[in-house]
Amino acid sequence: MDLVVLVAIQVLYAIASLALISVGLAIIFGMMRVINLAHGEFLMLGGYAAIVATSNGMSIWLAMLVVAPIVVGIIGVIVERTIIRFLYGRMIDTMLATWGLSLFLVGLTTAMFGNTTVGISAPLGSFQIGAYRTSVYTLFVIAVATGVLAGIYAVMRWTRLGLLARGTMQNANMAAALGVNPPRVYAITFGVGAALSGLAGAVLAPVSGVFPTIGVAYVAKSFITVIGGGAAILSGTASASVLFGTINQIATFATTPVFGEVALLAAAIVLIRLLPQGITGRFFRRGL
Amino acid sequence: MAVPLLETRDLTMHFGGVRAVHNVNFTLAEGELRCLIGPNGAGKSTFFKMLTGQLEPSHGRVLFRGRDISHAHAHEIARLGIGIKTQVPNVFDGLSVRENIWLAASRIHSVRHANGVVDEMLARIGLIPAADRLVGQLAHGQRQWVELGIVLSTDPVLILLDEPAAGMTHEEVQKTAELVREINRTKALIVVEHDMQFIRMIAKQVTVFNQGRVLVEDAVEDILRNPLVRDIYLGKQAAA
Amino acid sequence: MNDRALNVIGLALVGVVGAAFLILTPRFAELDAVLELTVFMIMAILALSLALVWGYGGILCFGQSAFFGLGAYTYAIAMFNIGESTGPLLLAIGLPAAFAALLGYFMFYGRISDVYLGVITLTVTLILFNSVNSTAGPEFHIGVARLGGFNGIPGIPPLNIPGNKAAPVDLEGMFYLATASLLATYFGLRWLLASRFGRIIVGIRENERRAELLGYDPRVYKLATFTVGGALAGFAGCLFANWGAFVSPTIFGLAQSAQIIIWVIVGGRGTLIGPIVGCIGIQWLTTALGANQPSGSDWMTNLMANAPFILGIILVAFVLLVPRGLVPTLGDIGHWLLRLRARPAAPSLKPKQAEEG
Repeated sequence: MDLVVLVAIQVLYAIASLALISVGLAIIFGMMRVINLAHGEFLMLGGYAAIVATSNGMSIWLAMLVVAPIVVGIIGVIVERTIIRFLYGRMIDTMLATWGLSLFLVGLTTAMFGNTTVGISAPLGSFQIGAYRTSVYTLFVIAVATGVLAGIYAVMRWTRLGLLARGTMQNANMAAALGVNPPRVYAITFGVGAALSGLAGAVLAPVSGVFPTIGVAYVAKSFITVIGGGAAILSGTASASVLFGTINQIATFATTPVFGEVALLAAAIVLIRLLPQGITGRFFRRGL
Repeated sequence: MAVPLLETRDLTMHFGGVRAVHNVNFTLAEGELRCLIGPNGAGKSTFFKMLTGQLEPSHGRVLFRGRDISHAHAHEIARLGIGIKTQVPNVFDGLSVRENIWLAASRIHSVRHANGVVDEMLARIGLIPAADRLVGQLAHGQRQWVELGIVLSTDPVLILLDEPAAGMTHEEVQKTAELVREINRTKALIVVEHDMQFIRMIAKQVTVFNQGRVLVEDAVEDILRNPLVRDIYLGKQAAA
Repeated sequence: MNDRALNVIGLALVGVVGAAFLILTPRFAELDAVLELTVFMIMAILALSLALVWGYGGILCFGQSAFFGLGAYTYAIAMFNIGESTGPLLLAIGLPAAFAALLGYFMFYGRISDVYLGVITLTVTLILFNSVNSTAGPEFHIGVARLGGFNGIPGIPPLNIPGNKAAPVDLEGMFYLATASLLATYFGLRWLLASRFGRIIVGIRENERRAELLGYDPRVYKLATFTVGGALAGFAGCLFANWGAFVSPTIFGLAQSAQIIIWVIVGGRGTLIGPIVGCIGIQWLTTALGANQPSGSDWMTNLMANAPFILGIILVAFVLLVPRGLVPTLGDIGHWLLRLRARPAAPSLKPKQAEEG
């Protein structure tokens, strides 16, 4: 029984962290059709932002939940204005340019912070489930992921910004005709996507530590979650995270974490083959 | 009765809730030239796409010489002998005119033989002077000719022409009509066109599409006199 | 002067320069330099494999390093088990080719779009990286060869004269072999691209739908192209394992994949000479940067010696400013200059062919 609870928490955690690292990318892909290969580095920058802020005496909560998203969000807007906006409609070129950006950021952070892992210890301690101990922080990550998804739902559903975003997503020209300014919507969207990635990177930093090439560990997982999910940002990310997170965690229990990851990636390739439009291309078509 | 060259039975295409083509029964004899007319959105291009394997019918069947090709791949249908010139010229823009024709000719000819066929075809479509120019740099009318040349070079049994006269000068239209008549000596054709003058120049039998269905099928003179046809072209809702 | 003549002159030029380079280098260069040039030649073969797959076949493969790494690992493992290099060499070409065929079948027959192709190939190479990386324990072995995990496989025996185990290829021999292989690959691909097959794959790249409507099955042609590309990359991997007598999982890594893409982007898609030039140029640059690695604490100098940083800037700059790559862009400028000079005599010069290079 205790083991079941523990496994359930681990599975939930796998799903939550997958959703968390993917949602920023999903927003950028879903609304702008941009595949941002520097996504992993946005997560990495979020981790560094949180670490630099805490080591300068800031509260870890403030550093993770406020500083990291703001810093990476600003970087996102700068990237959109200086690179991405020249490449709209050229999906492959955007992928290549963001790949270049990814290398650039890895090089830059290596020069600034060195090629070593820095960490912050996870706050909140641990708790007991029967014979097993697990950290409270795991629950915190699950809560943050839930909060982020709920927040996106609320924004998309009930605010003017969400309405504009959905309009631009459907048809950029139509939105322009109605007086929405797509360049601004795109810049904001990219910034919001980057900010959420920064948040995710910061929240996961105590778990994994931060080093310049940590983006590589994230990037493939978040891509396949987004592509596996399909165009609908929220239902896509959620459904793909549930599917892949469960597969990952169960394979991890059965074998090793590395093969858990391999199982996840392999499952994703099969899914993309079966449903090229992603899960939401076939199911939940009317989702947000 | 002989097996028709092409036959569709209850051919239907749905896009979500929209019926682009609905229960179309259409028959074309060997060597026939048929014109297809109808307002925009009547389902003509969708119909062509199903005939060539670019779209898979929601239901119904397409038979080519009695053989069911409803679910065949586009390249398999092409190999059976159906060629298509699409509405917007669908050519290899980054390659030269000669290269375009060569790619088509080499599907049925050996490399050595293909070169000769290419020269003949360049002469036939009057593009020898432009043979080494990139197709993407040619005028719209010339690109239409290139596409015709491509289609003819694969020596199909049946050719589908989607608006071959669109965007052509009066002179070019006449030249095209002449070519269509010449092609019809050896091949069957289905031609989609809006230009009534062009239809008059080439057609015998005309099928009218409206709202995804066959509205009427008749000889060209009768079609042009038909008040129902006139109504849909004038934009009035036909009482179908 | 027409394009055919230009073409012949170009081919002859490559042949002469290549042969001169092949014969003269070992006589006049230091052994270090020869060793370094050898790896450039090997990487240029890898660059050519992607030039074919992406530049001519239009297949967006972000994971060409998967086949390169498979070739290297296959050679190493087979060599420890067999001992005579003919079999391992053939396996190092055949296995990556078979893997490419399998993956290609999965992707092309599944009608997966371009962009997803990029993501899938990238994911595949990361799967290989993760899997091989975690095989450090002694329980992971194939025959007598231990996989070594993140430590890699050291001490890989070199190729030998076919059939004669006692006659291994030495360092200078490796240079000859790599350079001759590069030249053979270049001319082989030129021949392939001029053939019916090559012209059809370029047609499919230009307009897949049209090619289909003419009766060509794009899936078959893409699969064949992808498989040939896999075989070539595997062969390059085999040479690479020979060159350093060592292979590690970083061969599958993102950095390696990015490099190959950068070579082709910088040199130019749709040419063969471009990716070779791009590869050698970038290799030379990264080697030079690595050699200048400062020991000091000044992070600005650190940054300038940082290969990913510089490569990232190069990639972004090329995508934004020179998207067609060096060779096609220089070719355009050359044609433009020619036309300026020849304007009164020949008003309509023949435009550039899609497959120069």
